[in-house]
Amino acid sequence: MNIIVVGLNHRTADIEMRESLAFPGERLAEGLEGLLSTEEISEGIILSTCNRVEIYSVTSGVSDGGRRIKTFLSAFHGIPLEKLESALYTYEREDAVRHVFRVASSLDSMVLGEPQILGQLKDAYSKALAMKTTGVILNRLVKKAISVAKKVRTETRIAENAVSVSYAAVELAKKIFEDIHTKTAMLLGAGDMAELAARHLLKSGVKAITVTNRTYERAVDLSAEFKGRAVRWEDFLKEMLYTDIVICSTGASGYVFTDEQARRLMKERRNKPIFIIDISVPRNIDPAVNEIDNIYLYDIDDLQGIVDSNVLERKNEAEAAEGIVEKAVETFLVWERSLEAVPTIVEIRNRAEVIRREELEKIINKLNGMSEKEKKMVETLTASIVNKILHPSLAMLKEEIDPENRATYIYLVRRLFGLDSEEDIGEDN
Amino acid sequence: MDITFYWITLSLYFISALLSIAYIFRREGILFKGSLAFTAFGFFTHTLSIVIRFYESSQIPITNFHEAVSFFSWCIILIFFSLEYRYRIGLLGSFILPFVLILLLSSSALPSEIKPLNPLLRSYWLGIHTVFIFLGNAAFALASGIGIMYLIQEKYVKSRHPGGLFERLPSLQILDEVNYRLITLGFPFLTLAIISGALWAEEVWGSYWRWDPKEVWALITWFIYALVFHVRLVSGWRGKKAAVLSIIGFASVLFTFFGIRFLIKGIHIFE
Repeated sequence: MNIIVVGLNHRTADIEMRESLAFPGERLAEGLEGLLSTEEISEGIILSTCNRVEIYSVTSGVSDGGRRIKTFLSAFHGIPLEKLESALYTYEREDAVRHVFRVASSLDSMVLGEPQILGQLKDAYSKALAMKTTGVILNRLVKKAISVAKKVRTETRIAENAVSVSYAAVELAKKIFEDIHTKTAMLLGAGDMAELAARHLLKSGVKAITVTNRTYERAVDLSAEFKGRAVRWEDFLKEMLYTDIVICSTGASGYVFTDEQARRLMKERRNKPIFIIDISVPRNIDPAVNEIDNIYLYDIDDLQGIVDSNVLERKNEAEAAEGIVEKAVETFLVWERSLEAVPTIVEIRNRAEVIRREELEKIINKLNGMSEKEKKMVETLTASIVNKILHPSLAMLKEEIDPENRATYIYLVRRLFGLDSEEDIGEDN
Repeated sequence: MDITFYWITLSLYFISALLSIAYIFRREGILFKGSLAFTAFGFFTHTLSIVIRFYESSQIPITNFHEAVSFFSWCIILIFFSLEYRYRIGLLGSFILPFVLILLLSSSALPSEIKPLNPLLRSYWLGIHTVFIFLGNAAFALASGIGIMYLIQEKYVKSRHPGGLFERLPSLQILDEVNYRLITLGFPFLTLAIISGALWAEEVWGSYWRWDPKEVWALITWFIYALVFHVRLVSGWRGKKAAVLSIIGFASVLFTFFGIRFLIKGIHIFE
């Protein structure tokens, strides 16, 4: 019984390789089926995202499960093994457990602490559940991985701050305005970056977006995409009166919005706060504007600066997260070791013996005045009842159970005798 | 008995102030909840202490400076809790509770024994006038606390390299709103306090207004807050300037309350 992870990610394989090994949704069932029909593989999950393809499996054999999975990958995708070899990594036992926990906690992600991976893992798991390709061990592994990931998320600040320019802009907007849902945004110019930022704002709930551009047609096209309104270039200053957030990227070579215009605007707005993001290079908005009360101006370098320091902070937090993962790996390994026959048999015997002793003492105390002989007889009686009840199940554990199912049997027996409870798994749903 | 509860309150507020300061440096929920819990418990014992004192002396316990400061801090906590309930401005406690502790500590240094009431004060006006004043002052205290938070947050946003408490402070918009709302709450109380004071003065001294230093400063304070309304409504001031004005206003409140008592004195001191 052995946990094995085989896979590749954004560090070991380029996008082409990742694409060619991916399991798109419609082929996932087929993939899981193929994986499970591979010799000695008793459990399997396939995690396929744009940054990684990984196979989590349990092999019943002792050696070379990794090779079997690689061969399966190569055959499934019709790519010669030699071409794959350099991109694939293999983790076994403890290392495999640690890897799965780190992936779930987003410690192995391209963007440290990004939240999507946990959802992707949950999806992969539920697909595997639907196909019934998981068993006791992977069930526990994934559940534990999910709870570790949640713990990392709540106990460290690894997912705290924005690590992309667009998100950083949204975060800032939320510190200027209480409720972004009641605010409107305007695109001044229609560069790609501005478009991206506008999309993020819209996703974060901005009420409406207007677009203005030197060529009016482009503004109309883009505004249609955001279900917004197009405004003629000549009117943008007027429009700014009713806008809370402005994203500017016009490609002009000088300032399109000057200090003087800003002062006039604020007067007319009666100092209603306005958040201006100038992502154009060279800058299109006079930086002096930031000195005016209730105008908050950020340029692309400011936003990048925020992102950089947030990335650094996430790296620091990652250390704490690794500690949490390490602890969880240990707990998991303890549990995994308990899935062996001998310690389980000993535990069951001990538990039965404790119960027998307690009950025996009770009855002897109640019937005080029992002779030594009588006590001995009751003692023998109880011992033999316990033994007879336990015998068949313990005998079954001792026998050579089919290794494919051993973990399941032992797990079941442990649950039946109350050695493990569901809480030990650390589920928190 | 009332003094026992008073000291219990002081120790509870001491702990809650320490926790709230620690919460600035360590972002742990337990510190925040702990400081709220100790404050709530302290507010309870404080209330008991005031009520017992009321029964023991059978007069509203705002008759000397010790009692006045103590009641002032009671009002601040009262409004603090209603704000916390309504807006949940997590860090507000860290700005307010240490101030309340200082208030209460300074009142503890003042003579607290119950003395026969100055005959001049024996009037139903005493309760009306003082309760209005301290409710107003408490609202202004919180407004200036919120104003300080606004200035800090504004500095972070304007710096273009937000860090420190940036994430944990609420949005500028809500700070500005709450600041204004508190002044809207405090201003009528201050106005009523001045009017009731004038009516009372007429009763005992025969004239409504005698240009006593306390009266003058109360009027100055009133004008400062009136100015807040004026510039907000007429000139559309908000944010930074309004926050600064609310802090100046509270400085004037503090001077009217403490400054006059210790620096200038006048007929308005009754001890």
